[in-house]
Amino acid sequence: MAGFVATDRLQSWGRVTRPSQNVASPHFADELPSLVAGAGDTRLGVGLMRSYGDSNLNPDGSVIRMTGLDRIHHFDPASHVLRADAGLSLDSLIRTVLPHGLFPAVVPGTRFVTLGGAVGNDIHGKNHHRFGTFGNHVRRLSLMRSDGRRIELGPDDESGLFAATIGGLGLTGLIEWVEIALRAIPGAMIDAETIPFESLEEFFALADESITTHEHTVSWIDCTRIDGTKMRGLFMRGNCSADPDRPPHAARPRLGMPLELPRFALNPLTLSLFNEAYYRFGRLRAGRSKVHYAPFFFPLDGIMHWNRLYGRDGMFQYQCVVPPGASLDATAELLKIIAASGEGSFLAVLKTFGSNASPGLLSFPREGTTLALDFRNRGPQTLELLARLDAVVFEADGRLYPAKDGRMSARMFQSGYPRLEAFTAHVDPHFSSAFWRRVAP
Amino acid sequence: MTDRKPLRVLILGATSAIAEATARLYAAEGASIALAARDGTRLAAIAADLTARGAGSVPILARDLAAMDGLEAAFDAIVAELGGIDHVLLFYGVLGEQKDAERDLAAARAILDVDFTSAALWSLAAAKRLEAQGSGALVVVGSVAGDRGRQSNYIYGAAKAGLATLVQGIAHRFALTGRKGLHAVVVKPGFVDTPMTDGLKKGGPLWASPDQVAAVIRKAAAGSGPIVYAPWFWRFILLIIRLVPAPIFHKTKL
Repeated sequence: MAGFVATDRLQSWGRVTRPSQNVASPHFADELPSLVAGAGDTRLGVGLMRSYGDSNLNPDGSVIRMTGLDRIHHFDPASHVLRADAGLSLDSLIRTVLPHGLFPAVVPGTRFVTLGGAVGNDIHGKNHHRFGTFGNHVRRLSLMRSDGRRIELGPDDESGLFAATIGGLGLTGLIEWVEIALRAIPGAMIDAETIPFESLEEFFALADESITTHEHTVSWIDCTRIDGTKMRGLFMRGNCSADPDRPPHAARPRLGMPLELPRFALNPLTLSLFNEAYYRFGRLRAGRSKVHYAPFFFPLDGIMHWNRLYGRDGMFQYQCVVPPGASLDATAELLKIIAASGEGSFLAVLKTFGSNASPGLLSFPREGTTLALDFRNRGPQTLELLARLDAVVFEADGRLYPAKDGRMSARMFQSGYPRLEAFTAHVDPHFSSAFWRRVAP
Repeated sequence: MTDRKPLRVLILGATSAIAEATARLYAAEGASIALAARDGTRLAAIAADLTARGAGSVPILARDLAAMDGLEAAFDAIVAELGGIDHVLLFYGVLGEQKDAERDLAAARAILDVDFTSAALWSLAAAKRLEAQGSGALVVVGSVAGDRGRQSNYIYGAAKAGLATLVQGIAHRFALTGRKGLHAVVVKPGFVDTPMTDGLKKGGPLWASPDQVAAVIRKAAAGSGPIVYAPWFWRFILLIIRLVPAPIFHKTKL
């Protein structure tokens, strides 16, 4: 039953568009060759659809949904090596490896991503300054090309195809399976510390001092009250706890958003009230505590379908990184524009990246400061606001994260990724996405 | 599940999505799981995965389960390879093409052979063994389609109805032995998002995931009444469907 079926049910996490696509949902590896090979329309492998914009959409083309291929091929707790189908979720992977005292070296802000998606977006986490990106821990992978070839690749690859596939947005072919190196951890708990701060300078001082003392760092800021570099935020940092207890996370989140919020529910007043309450609550709970990895790494996974919070029209996420030299000024400027707009999100996230290099040619993280936040889709005025942010990032020599993007211009993309030309040579001629058609050189 | 000996489980139709989701629940408990289905390559992929997820031994029986010659010998051989048996779970079945089967009796027979005759024989082989040892569970996946004959799929439905009646009878037979750890149950899933239903329009509150149905099946295997709906609300939907008088029901296209 593994053919392509036309449907408009598959949406990206931002839910701004609902394109018609031909979707196949294979469950066994023997179904893949006929789905990948051949002429006709273009293909794109996708996973759990957590990318926000259009990098995981292929309107009027074909999409191979890999979540039915989620089997572990081999797991050796002694050598920390695990090989599995690209459709395996980190949610499922963690539940399997944690009892053995192992954990993925890098996890993003949600565990509902697949191995293929983690590779294709070269995801990063709160420990970027220590562990780099997901791509730094990939030992091997299998790539299926539309010309019928199945190619096994690893960091030793000299053709450049491995480097193009890490962070390659699924454009170099279908990622069939991935082999990663896990890391040993004492237990499931994190020794966490929350520190309120009141200016951007304070944030950078905390970030600098924490690089050597803490594996995980991330900050929340109130993007509704910004005055120059004065702002309110909560700096969160943590290390693996020595506590040997290893309870895995719950199989299913307890809470869910059953419905979309109506348009009027999200406005400058409710945003401001939420941010105020979040800050006060955070201040009350400031200090040290021992927390489970699930709320520490994946706070939003506690609420299924939280993206419905932004209503029927969906949302845009904006995530940029600016180099260290420009970090303070550019970040202040971005926040000023956002605060003045009255738009902005419940959870604005600020973090510094370390200098570790990823093998990926299109990898997003680079040394500097990254800011991420959501904007309700209000049509042209939202796009206009994001374009103003683009101008600041462009001036600062920064870049935007394709996994979060559904609207950046080709110019913006091309200026942010200097190794784009080397990447383009490795794109499979029969693979494409809405994102790629917009930004490709 | 800490103190007890790991279970030994036979899964008939192990390449189905619901079967695999159920097998993963057993694997996480450390059970040994024998996998039976036609495609040996697919079984090998599933076996490797279950092993990584914590299963003990995972022997494979690559066989067309609808083939009835030598069925009991095959059952005995795989149980011997497993080192004994605690749970037998039967998942396989074909939806078939109702319209083709109405015109072509060979197509109708194929559906009945797969969904009823062979499944009944596997169930009887398992019942014989479980009754002899005085313990164990037989779990057979039926379908809500067996609860009322409907023009759209009554051949498949009739096979599943027959199978449900057979398992209900086995449950009765087991009960009369007075053995507490011996039972049989038919689980009837409603709409499940699996490759079997890929031709239908999916989505909405009536559709369940294979994981949700697997959890019901695992619970039923631990002990339950002879008929279980998955999810539970289908019991009431089917109750209503069964109660609709024929003159009204026959005006619908269900």
